[in-house]
Amino acid sequence: MKVNLRVWRQRDAVDKGRMVSYVVEDASEDMSFLELLDVLNEKLILSGDEPVAFDHDCREGICGSCSMVVDGHPHGPEKATTVCQLHMRKFSDGATITVEPFRAGAFPVIKDLVVDRGAFDKIIQAGGYISANTGSAPEAHSTPVPKSNADRSFAAANCIGCGACVAACPNGSASLFLGAKLTHLGEMPQGQPERWERVVNMVETHDDAGFGGCTNTGACATACPKEIPLDVISQLNHDYLKATVGGRRKKA
Amino acid sequence: MSYSDYSVGAPVVDKAAPDGPIETRWERRKFGVKLVNPANKRKVKIIVVGTGLAGGAAAATLGEAGYQVTSFCYQDSPRRAHSIAAQGGINAAKNYRNDGDSVYRLFYDTVKGGDFRARESNVHRLAEISRQIIDQCVAQGVPFAREYGGLLDTRSFGGVQVSRTFYARGQTGQQLLLGAYQALERQVNAGTVTMYPRHEMLELVVVEGRARGVVVRDMVTGEIETHLADAVVLATGGYGNVFYLSTNAKGCNVTAAWRAHRKGALFANPCFTQIHPTCIPVSGDHQSKLTLMSESLRNDGRVWVPKQIGDTRDPREIPHEERDYFLERKYPSFGNLVPRDIASRAAKEVCDEKRGVGPSGLGVYLDFDDAIQRLGRKAVEAKYGNLFEMYERITGENPYEVPMRIFPAVHYTMGGLWVDYDLQSTIPGLYVAGEANFSDHGANRLGASALMQGLSDGYFVLPVTIGDYLASNKLPEVTPDAPEVVEAEKAVRDRIETLLSINGTRTVDSFHRELGHIMWDYCGMERTEDGLRKALELIPELRREFWNNVKIPGTGAELNQSLEKAGRVADFLELGELMCLDALHRRESCGGHFRGESQTEDGEAQRDDENFSYAAAWEYTGRGSAPVLHKEELLFEYVHPTQRSYK
Ligand SMILES: Cc1cc2nc3c(=O)[nH]c(=O)nc-3n(C[C@H](O)[C@H](O)[C@H](O)COP(=O)(O)OP(=O)(O)OC[C@H]3O[C@@H](n4cnc5c(N)ncnc54)[C@H](O)[C@@H]3O)c2cc1C
Ligand code: SF4
Ligand code: FES
Repeated sequence: MKVNLRVWRQRDAVDKGRMVSYVVEDASEDMSFLELLDVLNEKLILSGDEPVAFDHDCREGICGSCSMVVDGHPHGPEKATTVCQLHMRKFSDGATITVEPFRAGAFPVIKDLVVDRGAFDKIIQAGGYISANTGSAPEAHSTPVPKSNADRSFAAANCIGCGACVAACPNGSASLFLGAKLTHLGEMPQGQPERWERVVNMVETHDDAGFGGCTNTGACATACPKEIPLDVISQLNHDYLKATVGGRRKKA
Repeated sequence: MSYSDYSVGAPVVDKAAPDGPIETRWERRKFGVKLVNPANKRKVKIIVVGTGLAGGAAAATLGEAGYQVTSFCYQDSPRRAHSIAAQGGINAAKNYRNDGDSVYRLFYDTVKGGDFRARESNVHRLAEISRQIIDQCVAQGVPFAREYGGLLDTRSFGGVQVSRTFYARGQTGQQLLLGAYQALERQVNAGTVTMYPRHEMLELVVVEGRARGVVVRDMVTGEIETHLADAVVLATGGYGNVFYLSTNAKGCNVTAAWRAHRKGALFANPCFTQIHPTCIPVSGDHQSKLTLMSESLRNDGRVWVPKQIGDTRDPREIPHEERDYFLERKYPSFGNLVPRDIASRAAKEVCDEKRGVGPSGLGVYLDFDDAIQRLGRKAVEAKYGNLFEMYERITGENPYEVPMRIFPAVHYTMGGLWVDYDLQSTIPGLYVAGEANFSDHGANRLGASALMQGLSDGYFVLPVTIGDYLASNKLPEVTPDAPEVVEAEKAVRDRIETLLSINGTRTVDSFHRELGHIMWDYCGMERTEDGLRKALELIPELRREFWNNVKIPGTGAELNQSLEKAGRVADFLELGELMCLDALHRRESCGGHFRGESQTEDGEAQRDDENFSYAAAWEYTGRGSAPVLHKEELLFEYVHPTQRSYK
């Protein structure tokens, strides 16, 4: 099949960047979208151009590296699918496809489709963990966890940290990502001691990193390749309120 | 003298494991280590390269202990290390099922599963520590699958008779890695760990015979930086991508380990690679990686090919009596559940007979029709729904209607840098953890045991043993102007410059693909004397062409993904040669290493304990020049070698 690509090219963080059109004549239905970019890149290299830079690693939808906006959708139009798992059979022969980086204030572009998502690590550093030094753990069965809590915790822990929620949000908010981590840890008995401090510190770091506020558009959950449910944001708001308004714990 | 004229050097011996009863060896070793005074730990610097289960766990734990840790990974975040992709589960001898499991049984299964090519002391320690790992992960909030009573669920895995595999749906690696990642970020916050993502290690710094630092490239700016320390840990994963196509992530590489090998660390059993039987077949030349379909599918799916060569009918139209359920036919007692190496080889055999299915002829059916009729579609969906969806997304075929097509793919590498019981390589001060070392799985790894080993090494072994090294050695200060440091940094710059200046006519990927074909054809599922000798001619030719004709656009002073790949492929082009030599020299079949010349009358692997009961640790002597073999004799005091049989 033949596809026309319009790809965002930007040399580095300071370059203004522009869209460039390419044609790939020999695409196949069985290719993944990233394999299509591979084919394009091989051609670009041989013709003396620079290949399109993009992040990727596992190509199985689990590492969260891949990150690009395809035809206006983070990870492309296919529901619950990372762009590395998007296949060309979902496009028609002769289609024109637009490819851009994830755009958000907190995710500056490094080159072409590669952005800096380091702010996510900072949010985790602020409290996205349970403090349990190695070797200090009690026997695993000493803390049973009701299956319903364990399941809800898992559904939230499923987040791959890709940032599509931020790219989809008109405010560039990372509330879905935040809510997912708070729900993962907050559903566990082990997560209780640090629960209130965690939410305050993580939210503060989120805001400082330049992410926007949440206005409940729900665009994040629609874009999320792991179908993290919107109710994790309710959990975030609930915990944050409880931690701050109730005066239980404010960050010094 | 040709590359294959290797010589045999002095044996290599593990001096770190105590002798005496195996049950107390680790206890006694821990008691024997010298301790670093808590107040001094702050002054001790440790570099940890890699943030997978092994590296992430090690860096977090060393940070907690109070050391100054510097950690590197090539991804944009430590959370994306390849461990994230592990699906099935992690073994632990908890015996929660009361089904007769024990540390000794896990030890026994692992030694036997490794086809008697692993070191007993290490494996026993691994089995002991397995229990603590589960405790640690639960305390961190890892959401393992639970039963309605709130206790942890387990399942059975890969041919063992007990249910000891803990899991978090099909995403166990992800959840364990996030646990380690979060512990690591906690230490970053505490200031004990400094994290450098998007940094690739390109050289090891060895000063006066000891590992004292690394040279890395900032993958965003292209800057070359040297980091110095008192000890270096490599936890850089496996080298399955030498085959180009594998289930590994695209960036997995051997560079860190290979650079250390070139600086004197012995590389052990490089030819021991694991080929997983149930992966989605290659669909065309564009293929960039292979996707694993969980081993658990073989619990209900039946594997078959048409009896007739050239039978291209729709599989649904082929009547039962014209199908060859070859695993059930050849292995009536284990049937579709034979171990990985056996299932893979059997699939290759029927494809060699031209009975393979799919457009390329390189595939066999994995059919759920009987299971759906027996259990109902709902039940099958509940068990395997997410896997069926993934299959459909990739192939466009619905496995509820049409049988899946599967084919074996490279999955894991048992070989790696040689380490002693303390996980120290032959370079003092250089420790190696996780898939990057050779230590615990012998010639074949059992399912759900790699995660266990990564976390055992990272959380529990290395943080103890490295302390012994640091407390026992007075390490002189090394400054950036030391000749060894300057020279290491210069070597990195020169190599990058050379790569960029070639400006030939072939892309890096085209070389990588070609190397992959050579490795798969001659050093894949079946290896023969003639094939390996052929590969040993082809690889150096390809390597020469690479260094004369590769084309890398752009410069070194920017994000340059072609340059990154080129460095990795250059190292694979050296490693591949060593793998073939190792496979050639080991004239026996064992585990994942099947030599055509060494089989029983009915085509099963034939081990040769008399001549090959050793780990082969190779010493580098220069690119393309014959290496020196150092043997570590393996002693089996507890589990006595027997021929594996699954008939
Ligand atoms: C698809 C799949 C499924 C699997 N399922 C299971 C399972 O169910 N159970 C099981 O037990 N095992 C499983 N395995 C095997 C297991 O996942 C791996 O063996 C294990 O996770 C390896 O962990 P590691 O910490 O050694 O390395 P990795 O997780 O591979 O981490 C390597 C780290 O090193 C870094 N790195 C590498 N090179 C450099 C360099 N030059 N410079 C800087 N950093 C570098 C990387 O950035 C990364 O952080 C599976 C493997 C695959 C491929
Ligand atoms: S919440 Fe969803 S979209 Fe956001 S980072 Fe996590 S997986 Fe990606
Ligand atoms: S490349 Fe890993 S999720 Fe897409």
